[in-house]
Amino acid sequence: MTLSNKERYAIPRQDMPTQDAHERAANFEEVALGLTWEAARLEAQRCIQCKNPHCVDGCPVGVRIPDVLLALGDGDLAAAVDALTERNSLPAVCGRVCPQESQCEARCTLGAKHEPVAIGRLERFLGDHALQQHILPAAPLEHTGRRVAVVGSGPSGLTCAVDLAKLGHAVTIFESLHLPGGVLAYGIPEFRLPRSIITAEVRTAVEHLNIELRTDHVIGTTYTLVELREDYDAVFLGTGAGLPAFMDIPGTNLNGVFSANELLTRVNLMRGYAFPEYDTPVKAGERVAVIGAGNVAMDAARSALRLQRLRAAAHPQTGPGEVHVVYRRSEAEVPARREEYTHAVEEGVVFDFLTNPVAVLGDGGRVTALRCVRMELGEPDESGRRRPRAVAGSELDLVADTVIFALGTSPNPLVFTGAANLDRSRWGTVLADEATGRTHLEGVWAGGDVVTGAATVISAMGAGKAAAADMHTFLLAHAPKGPSRLEASPGTVRSADA
Amino acid sequence: MYAVRRTQALTGATGLIEVVAPHVARSARAGQFVIVIAGEHGERIPLTIADHDRDRGTITLVVQAVGKSTEEMLTLEAGDAFTSVAGPLGHPTKLARHGTVVCVAGGVGVAPIYPIARDLKAVGNHVVSVLGARRADLLFWQDRMARVCDEVVVCTDDGSAGRRGLVTDPLVERLQRMSDAGEPMPHVWAIGPTIMMRAVSRATEPFGAPTTVSLNTIMVDGTGMCGGCRVSVSDGAKFVCVDGPEFDGHDVDWDNLLGRITYYRPEEREALEAAHARHTGCVRETVALR
Repeated sequence: MTLSNKERYAIPRQDMPTQDAHERAANFEEVALGLTWEAARLEAQRCIQCKNPHCVDGCPVGVRIPDVLLALGDGDLAAAVDALTERNSLPAVCGRVCPQESQCEARCTLGAKHEPVAIGRLERFLGDHALQQHILPAAPLEHTGRRVAVVGSGPSGLTCAVDLAKLGHAVTIFESLHLPGGVLAYGIPEFRLPRSIITAEVRTAVEHLNIELRTDHVIGTTYTLVELREDYDAVFLGTGAGLPAFMDIPGTNLNGVFSANELLTRVNLMRGYAFPEYDTPVKAGERVAVIGAGNVAMDAARSALRLQRLRAAAHPQTGPGEVHVVYRRSEAEVPARREEYTHAVEEGVVFDFLTNPVAVLGDGGRVTALRCVRMELGEPDESGRRRPRAVAGSELDLVADTVIFALGTSPNPLVFTGAANLDRSRWGTVLADEATGRTHLEGVWAGGDVVTGAATVISAMGAGKAAAADMHTFLLAHAPKGPSRLEASPGTVRSADA
Repeated sequence: MYAVRRTQALTGATGLIEVVAPHVARSARAGQFVIVIAGEHGERIPLTIADHDRDRGTITLVVQAVGKSTEEMLTLEAGDAFTSVAGPLGHPTKLARHGTVVCVAGGVGVAPIYPIARDLKAVGNHVVSVLGARRADLLFWQDRMARVCDEVVVCTDDGSAGRRGLVTDPLVERLQRMSDAGEPMPHVWAIGPTIMMRAVSRATEPFGAPTTVSLNTIMVDGTGMCGGCRVSVSDGAKFVCVDGPEFDGHDVDWDNLLGRITYYRPEEREALEAAHARHTGCVRETVALR
């Protein structure tokens, strides 16, 4: 059955059901619930199969989106999954965390007069289907005899590892934490990206491509980058941007002040919300102030809100609590994805716009308030956003017992210990060729947040993919170094058993 | 998994665990630490590397039971395993020839100070150690320290071993003697409870004796990502995990640090009580079955 374009236009964009805002604010379960098979197929049929598909240009890993949608619209799930995973090895992850509204969907032809095809929701649907049906990636090509070290098991490292393993290279991933996934595991909350999804997608990728995953290996101290470079035929550096920033204002070392990274790591990686069933404690007080309004700030605010609600449910004598997001610009400049901002508002996070902290106040070593000034917007700055400036005499104190800094992150310098000759920018990011990820050190590539500073999962994956292609060419052009001289430690080499 | 090779009780609440972690043993140096996870739902615990054996691929950890996780670690036996051992982490101790050095250890602090004393001796220092504990039965590794130090002074709060008093007493006497004799001040290392490291730092300051302390703070990842380990020093906040763990004791804001390390005390108590309740519950069930 072939539909006319008119018939396709007539199909409404399929909504994805979500957990009720009030209910979900008291649990850590996933907010968005996914499309049904019927809805997914209908949604796929909205694609008009443009001859020149701009959506593909909008995808950092170049998924052949019209092919995926055509197969899905025809009801051929296997072909749809094949077309999707050919370019993207983490579709269930990307379907959940990609900012599709500013990438593929922003370029969708339908978007001009109608609503764009919900490509993200369909990607998630197919990714979940592949996991449920245990659809495996194609077997790797014949072994090339080349060995590659990938540092970091986040989005860029995983993508690079998978692509190189598919091409027949022996890949070892070094991860400093005890679980794989990088920012997917420590940074993104369960209610946006369940760990079971990360575990399953990483396991599928790693186990079926014979990738070796060494957790608990901190490159910089366990081995240095120089050692890896001498031992392996090629090295990819995908260590992300894990170093949190604090404001240079008084009081940031008071008890009750922490980084969004700390809160999120305790909640996500360590399962702190299930304390004491899990051993790692985490707490958000009754008055939480989150500073910043990016995606990480939304994740921190919504996690803090859930911790408050869980505590209120367990201890009815405590107050329900409040979470404020303190942001120096206005609503129009909020850098978080619209969807994340809207979800936070729905769940009850309070936004204090045009408000800038100047000091954290305390008593007896503990936070009692956040002193702020009111801001107003002046002329646009170099980023094109209107520059905020303080309103004279507008100081105010926000009562708070917890202050969380979510002001962005920069590359963790630990990996550069003993690798001082790797060129970096004054922001600490690695200098690498934009198209290929090559650094100036022969045999070393880099990609993802360690090069760009904190950005998106999918742009990191795109960088990992580009580097893998260039590394492949390099590897085949050079004689293999032969067996590793870095002794594998049997106790530390594990598959992705999260 | 990281197999436990050997365990040994050191005092009632302190034990030694030798664990197979060749990736750490190969590059571990004095002053560095690891992050370990003991159980499936365990937390990440920073522990100083008390010794390592590169040939056997093992590291030695000394654990004092202070909470649920450390208590559980002390129930491990040879053949059991850690879920995770990551490291080595932190900067190693800067080894230099100072002349005379004084290594002051309080309680379980003797374990982390042992490799530092050994390596300071190896580069040609005259190493004096001062080992303190509340009581004689809480002292351990005097023999090990005696093998690598030129002098060992022992003191206990109640006088049950060595001289009666705090570690700062023999330390101050020594510094005074050296000062009176016009000798250059020794470099002092101090490792132990935070309150003891503060006391040592305060005692050495009037003498101008450089003092290095090894801080033990709240920490999650141990690689610079969470910032929970922030410590205030004169030029701002430093991360103990990546900037330390050793700091100039005269530069640390001790009051801030003493406050920060208590942040999760209520939760630590709750976890310990819950664990004990579960344990007691099991015992009761066993009794009932009989």
